Amino acid sequence: MLAEKYPEEVKKIFAKYPPEQKRSAVMPLLYLAQRDEGFVTKAALEDIAQMLDITSTDVAEIVGFYTLYHDEKAGKYRMQVCTDLPCALRGADKFLEELCGNLGVKVGETTPDGMVTVEAVMCLAGCDKAPMFQIQSPDGIAYHDNMTVDKTMELVAALRKSGKEVK
Amino acid sequence: MAHLLLRHRDIPDIGKMDVYEKNGGFEAFKKAVTKMKPQEVTDSVKASWLRGRGGAGFSTGLKWGFIPKDIWPHYVVANADESEPGTFKDREIMESNPFQFLEGVAIAAYATGANAAYIYLRGEFWPVAAILDEKIADMEKAGFLGDKLFGTDFSLRIYTHLGAGAYICGEETALLESIEGKRGQPRIRPPFPAVYGLYGKPTVVNNVETLTNVPLIVEKGSDWYKSLGTADSPGVKIFSLSGRVNQPGNYELPFGTTFRELIYNYGGGIIDGRPIKAIMAAGASSAMIVADDKALDTPMDYASVRALGADLGSASVIVIDDTVSLEWVISKTIHFFKHESCGKCTPCREGTYWMLHLIERIENGEKTKETVELLHSVARQMLNKNLCPLGDFSTMAVTTAIERFPADFEASAAGGEHG
Repeated sequence: MLAEKYPEEVKKIFAKYPPEQKRSAVMPLLYLAQRDEGFVTKAALEDIAQMLDITSTDVAEIVGFYTLYHDEKAGKYRMQVCTDLPCALRGADKFLEELCGNLGVKVGETTPDGMVTVEAVMCLAGCDKAPMFQIQSPDGIAYHDNMTVDKTMELVAALRKSGKEVK
Repeated sequence: MAHLLLRHRDIPDIGKMDVYEKNGGFEAFKKAVTKMKPQEVTDSVKASWLRGRGGAGFSTGLKWGFIPKDIWPHYVVANADESEPGTFKDREIMESNPFQFLEGVAIAAYATGANAAYIYLRGEFWPVAAILDEKIADMEKAGFLGDKLFGTDFSLRIYTHLGAGAYICGEETALLESIEGKRGQPRIRPPFPAVYGLYGKPTVVNNVETLTNVPLIVEKGSDWYKSLGTADSPGVKIFSLSGRVNQPGNYELPFGTTFRELIYNYGGGIIDGRPIKAIMAAGASSAMIVADDKALDTPMDYASVRALGADLGSASVIVIDDTVSLEWVISKTIHFFKHESCGKCTPCREGTYWMLHLIERIENGEKTKETVELLHSVARQMLNKNLCPLGDFSTMAVTTAIERFPADFEASAAGGEHG
């Protein structure tokens, strides 16, 4: 239950919106619900629905519509590489291909140790710093700009060692 | 000229409250609240002919003036969704010169009679939202936000709200739906947000860069502002330059700077000194500009770029050189819009689906005159049939690439990025 587990944060979230508009809290509550497992569980859908007086289907459609919410478990760190036009003009496709080769996974797959899932995503507003990606993890989202495959492999090694996000 | 928006490039640590205040920070907000009536602030912004920097270029002062005085409460919403491929200016403003943006939000709220403002950031801007939350807390501590500001009756609070990865939420009515906790799908207009906006109340939605201009106008006046840029497009603009140039990045320049100056003087020219081939001036939503001498010497303002058969939009200039096939470019933009179509309007939902199928056929060897013509025809039929501009945007690059670069779609032309 989010309200019991994160009472301070839940209170802060509700304080942002008019009391009669609590449905607005659905997006920040979903981020909170994803914190532990990296995805939104069925139980969390029910919990949030009850908090906001909406149905769990209403909550599920938000999870389905927005790409940063997930309904399935993946690696602890989702490495989301931008391959949109401006990044691709600066080598993002090649970067992604080589990175996958080094990690021994295909796009969308997770490394066998369950640490890193590699994803190709749409524009991240880092077009001048390509190749670039973001890492979505229980700690939030962090940008990694001007990357090379070597630098990325060092980052992955550090993640594996510490289990925590490093910048 | 010293930067007006990207001031952190001249003044280190302007993101800190004491440094911002030492450099005139919050003087404009204080002046507006203590010495001006809300209508006077709106009139001043109207007279400056500040135009919205999110892409549409609509007059900001006119927009504020549409807010009715008989429906309450009012809201101000800052559009920080910045999702157009090729656009990365708002991120830099918010990361490095956050107070000037927040002061703009505060002045907009005073001018339109709003006591609450929301900043809608794309979900990927999680760390940026954390910065803004910290700066908002600093403003509360310093007495620039809260109840009865500067001893007047005006009260204001600013809140951040994170999206979660949906390009469509940059469209203002989809953005409002998203804050309300719904799927981000555009509303039918009218009514416009000025009358029926957030929670059904009058709402002004302005882009981050637009709002960052506002303190300057209140402080220095609309005549000063109009002395910058061109008559059609006054002021300065942040041009996000990307693609095959040596020095991609944000460049704050007066409107009216030519493409050539931006790309060759500021951007350091094309990688490996290759010839330039095409320009997309408004990100992935652009029509393709043939990069000949006429285009390169065109001043970048709204009217001049339109005369080239394109739009300036948010001024996200993507540069394409002669190693790149336009067939590959539109494959990229079609994939993007197919993914980002929200699915509400049939022509956009089905049109992007079929454009994707057709470009895949072309890429997989079926590069015939008929398939290319069919792709062009599907794109043409989508135009002007959707609730929001996304559907139209998805066709711009497709139709103009086929019309203006026919050689790239000949059966004999090589596909792939490096043609």
